[in-house]
Amino acid sequence: MREKNVVQTKNLDWTYNGTKVLDDVSITIKPGTFTGILGPNGAGKTTLLKLILNLLDNEKDSVLITGKDIKTYSRKALAKIEAYVPQSVKIDFNFTVEQVVLMGRTPFLGRFDRESNEDIKIAEWAMQETGVLKLRGKLITHLSGGELQRVVIARALTQEPAILALDEPTSHLDIHHQINILSIIRSLAKRKNLTIVAVLHDVNHALEYCDNIFLLDQGKIVNSGSPEKVITPKVMKEVYNLNVNITKNPFTGNPYMLHDYA
Amino acid sequence: MISGKYRKIIFTLLVLILLGTIMIAGSLGSARISFSDVIKIIISPITPVGVENNVIKETSRIIIWKIRMPRIVLTVIAGMGLGVSGAVFQGIFRNPMANPYILGISSGAAFGVTLGMTMGLQITFLGIGAIPISAFIGAVGASVIVYLISGGGRDILPLLLSGIAIGFFLSAMMSLLMYFNRSQLENIVYWTMGSFNASSWQKAAITAPVILPGILFLIIFARDLNLMVLGEDSASSLGIPVRKSRLIFLLISTIITASAVAVSGVIGFVGLIVPHAMRIITGPDHRTLIPYSMMGGAILLLVSDTIARTIIAPTEIPVGIVTSLLGAPFFLFLLNRMRHPK
Repeated sequence: MREKNVVQTKNLDWTYNGTKVLDDVSITIKPGTFTGILGPNGAGKTTLLKLILNLLDNEKDSVLITGKDIKTYSRKALAKIEAYVPQSVKIDFNFTVEQVVLMGRTPFLGRFDRESNEDIKIAEWAMQETGVLKLRGKLITHLSGGELQRVVIARALTQEPAILALDEPTSHLDIHHQINILSIIRSLAKRKNLTIVAVLHDVNHALEYCDNIFLLDQGKIVNSGSPEKVITPKVMKEVYNLNVNITKNPFTGNPYMLHDYA
Repeated sequence: MISGKYRKIIFTLLVLILLGTIMIAGSLGSARISFSDVIKIIISPITPVGVENNVIKETSRIIIWKIRMPRIVLTVIAGMGLGVSGAVFQGIFRNPMANPYILGISSGAAFGVTLGMTMGLQITFLGIGAIPISAFIGAVGASVIVYLISGGGRDILPLLLSGIAIGFFLSAMMSLLMYFNRSQLENIVYWTMGSFNASSWQKAAITAPVILPGILFLIIFARDLNLMVLGEDSASSLGIPVRKSRLIFLLISTIITASAVAVSGVIGFVGLIVPHAMRIITGPDHRTLIPYSMMGGAILLLVSDTIARTIIAPTEIPVGIVTSLLGAPFFLFLLNRMRHPK
């Protein structure tokens, strides 16, 4: 992935049942960066994420992945580049953790192939990274929310993707697991030159972890750039109608947002 | 759940149980034929003509080849089909409680048969009479209508609900037809209870080339089903063309189910219970679950049919009654086991 922009959208529009969900959205994402998509509920964050995964039908040439129109990729070819961690995963069938993680190798397997030892090694690596290796034999239906989320991330890593797209990866998790998961992801981005695109709700998480933020409101990009540039008292008042103060986190030295409760 | 190395052993065991059941089913009936004679008669076409063959009564030979074997073979094929399509429907609907009749196949088939009987339909096709033909058309037709009115399988829930609605509608239409054609009432009701008593080699010969390749195809594509269980977006992002795959899975398992229903009537519970019970042994991996459900369906249906035709001989009870009588308590046992594990 030596291309300059690993993900790019050009004047992307998306209409659902007559309502414009995304309006002229143009973004560019550079390889190896951690990009946050922020915005109030209903701003179109998940829609944008799904469009850059080709999970929704969009127009030709409006989404480019590593410089090529996303429509020119087969599903299988795209699955070797992009992996997806959906907002909530509900599995009623009692697969083991290892079985679910190994499913990440599917795009690399032929119709009659079974997973090879090499595939299992990759899955083990992913489970090691996300701290679920010791759960490999456990049933997926018996996991806690945090464990399940880490298993789903491990499955995505097993795809060995260049781009990892996550939709609110920390919702339903306690504060410890929120930080744990975001730190795992950030560390992967740095060490593996993995491009992260994550829909985030917690502004302070975005300030701490993101290299770049796209702030969406009513389907439009209202601000983009580095966290300190995007998250300002003025913008937060406009978009969230919230009075905020940006200070510095004494632990990390990164910006930290305080807000009133009026 | 069993680990990899036991998978083949238990599958072999199921094959042996099925072969044993075939021997027992061949032996039991109004004329009792000994196991050894059954085996000798069955393998006689492939053994060189010897003295031994002559000691077996010609009537036994006729009973086995002309009466019992067609029925056994047809029962086994239908049971395989119902077991497999049950597993597939449960996977597609991501619900372990789904069954092959969920898209209105049973009411479609029953409506088709009722319509055919009341109109006095007299068609035949490749030696197959009007009843299986009208059942097959009704079953496939109902599924196609359900698929189309639910928006082409865009989502699972509308498919499920449309299936229920069409099922009720067709049942009401069938009742209406029955109400005004009471002379056919007994025939129709008897058909809906399911039976293999009208089995023939013709039926087996026309059902096998539909159901068996269908099962093979489903086994080959079983991995896609594993991913589809995780949800549409997850499966898509793992490289599965979900809508296309779902249509293919639905189409093939519908044709399998419709073929089974056409030659035997509506046999309940096999497609629900077999995959459910097999999943306890194999876990949810469809690559293992589908072949296991194939064997489980064949065994359960053959045992049920043998009970149905022998328990109060010479009277035969519809096999659908036996499967539900055996199936319902067993199903409740499984449910209970799920609610209170260990």
